[in-house]
Amino acid sequence: MAKVIGLTGNEAIAYAVKQCDVDVIAAYPITPQTIMVELLSEYVYNGEINAEFVCVESEHSATSACVGASLTGARVFTATASQGLALMHEMLYIASGLRCPIVMGVANRALSAPLNIHGDHSDMMGSRDCGWMQVYAENAQEAYDWIIQSFKIAEDPRVLLPISVNIDGFILSHSMERVEVLEDEDVSRFLPPRKPVITIDPAKPITVGALCLPDYYFEMKRQQVHALNESYNVIREVNKDFESFTGRRYDLLETYGMSDAEAAIISLGSTAGTAKAVAMDLRDEGKKVGVIKPWVYRPFPDEDLIKAVGDAETLAVLDRACSFGAPFNALCSDVVAALYRYGKSSVKVFNCVYGLGGRDITPTDIRAIFNEALEAAKTGIVKEQLKFIGVRE
Amino acid sequence: MVRLNELPVEELFTSGHRLCAGCGAGTIMRMTLKATRGPTVVVNATGCVEVASTIYPYTSWKVSWVHVAFENAAAVASGIEAAYKALRRKGLWDKHVDVIAIAGDGGTFDIGIQALSGALERGHDFLYICYDNEAYMNTGIQRSGATPHGAATTTSPAGRKVPGKPEFKKDLIGICAAHGIEYAATASPAYWNDYITKVRKGLEVEGPAVIHVFSPCPLGMRFDSSKSMEVARLAVQTRYWPAYEVEKGRYKLNIKVPQPKPLVDFLKMQGRFSHLFQPEFQHEIEALQRWVDENWSRIASLCGETA
Repeated sequence: MAKVIGLTGNEAIAYAVKQCDVDVIAAYPITPQTIMVELLSEYVYNGEINAEFVCVESEHSATSACVGASLTGARVFTATASQGLALMHEMLYIASGLRCPIVMGVANRALSAPLNIHGDHSDMMGSRDCGWMQVYAENAQEAYDWIIQSFKIAEDPRVLLPISVNIDGFILSHSMERVEVLEDEDVSRFLPPRKPVITIDPAKPITVGALCLPDYYFEMKRQQVHALNESYNVIREVNKDFESFTGRRYDLLETYGMSDAEAAIISLGSTAGTAKAVAMDLRDEGKKVGVIKPWVYRPFPDEDLIKAVGDAETLAVLDRACSFGAPFNALCSDVVAALYRYGKSSVKVFNCVYGLGGRDITPTDIRAIFNEALEAAKTGIVKEQLKFIGVRE
Repeated sequence: MVRLNELPVEELFTSGHRLCAGCGAGTIMRMTLKATRGPTVVVNATGCVEVASTIYPYTSWKVSWVHVAFENAAAVASGIEAAYKALRRKGLWDKHVDVIAIAGDGGTFDIGIQALSGALERGHDFLYICYDNEAYMNTGIQRSGATPHGAATTTSPAGRKVPGKPEFKKDLIGICAAHGIEYAATASPAYWNDYITKVRKGLEVEGPAVIHVFSPCPLGMRFDSSKSMEVARLAVQTRYWPAYEVEKGRYKLNIKVPQPKPLVDFLKMQGRFSHLFQPEFQHEIEALQRWVDENWSRIASLCGETA
């Protein structure tokens, strides 16, 4: 019988990590992730988990210590947000390049300047090409479930790549929600201890992180592409396995109302929840709208996305981050590239930037976006390809 | 002090690396691994040793070796040490593993000082070795916080107005010892038995230890590649590089220099100081001599020696 408790997003992630039998946690506190680090310290200091907590002096050192620990064969967790993730940037590429299956919780927050502690996706989107798998949770339950699955996905010998589980800063990190948690034994059965493929065992010395010149570097990078491609199926397998344990179904993405949708919103994280609620109302009014929520953003689920789009004519892609100077912002660029790649470039797309620095997006805003998408589907004309929602112009 | 016939014959840092002829760092690496006492993992910051000893698919290291980045050798070592601790507690690992972090002066004095300070404060059981060739030699001789006063580098050139680096060298061991660590020492490869003994001592300490070793660089300091050990010896004999250790807070001078050679003997051998010998820059040599004298008396007094 599953236990139901009230947890914030931060607490849900810490609780999941506690059940995953991690060996090393190296992290540095930063708003709005701090509670994750505080709780994990508490678990370690109270002897509730048998792990080493390396309370590092910066996020750069957090990831550095995680890389060292991961190469040693340990199961490793870290967490950060915003400026912390930006400071980690160099190390993110090294963690994936050295094939370290680190799991990281990120409470997404705006990037300075100006300084802002509230939720948006600028931090992770700034590192979207760093070779990590990236998952966005809609609520605390999803955050909890994805953390447990993430260790299994990352540590799979076919993948061996780091993974981040993202929750919207404050909106999810600090909101108390109903979370069904597994018994510790069930998590242990689902997730046995890590079996590393190769470690720095001094009895079998290896050299890790050598200098690779033009004669080998490219192949190393090609292997990372291959591993990310492999991860699609590993993620699906782990999702199925998890479903058999919990009854909760996950996939690369979630759809709502897409079987007959004429217009759809594509969104990551908590906003997809609001979009689903608005879509429900609109469908009650007879409007054929749907929602696509990529759970997994890297590797980008392009094939599944194309299937999910089906016969929809217009897509409104919501980005909670700015790709300054780019024709479209991050998520929208990927959607457009996927449509082009699969010969569906006739689908009309417009990009809505919203919620920067934690500005709320309301059901009214989303209703207006749906209506505009429906209008474009009807007339065949997209009025504005790039919109900024809820900003004073 | 260790004797030659006590050293292992086995070479754990092998020949065939691409370090320059006469490079002090290569000799230092070889000596370092002669001092190991069992399962060892080396963490190497980006720098000369790293790029020259592990050009894929080759490696000079017969111990497990990890390079992650420039500024974080101490942080990576922290993670490795923590992991072995956790795995041992869980019964997933049974041996003690010595962790040695190795970085140059750039990776230690400048970009890596934060990670080093953090790791020392947290008390990880590891040995940190800074091989100090007194500039960013790997990228072509740029000044670092370890470059001595007056030395010419490409970013502190021997200018007509400013003759080399105006600032003086940072006191690395002072900084490290201030963390209250159990063992910190300086050394020179010319005194091989002193260095190797110190490496072993640093490994035997439970908790962090730091060794700061002078690393002669024929290319960057500009001297003939056959003169490396002579330069390294003169560094000590001119009192430029006092060889001492700080054990549980107690300072000890390991190599006494009762009759120091003139500093100019050391400076004259190296092209990086040649501009100082123009008459108008004579005062810079005097300034450097004063720094050497003051540094020596400070350390000698900490060591309870009468200078």
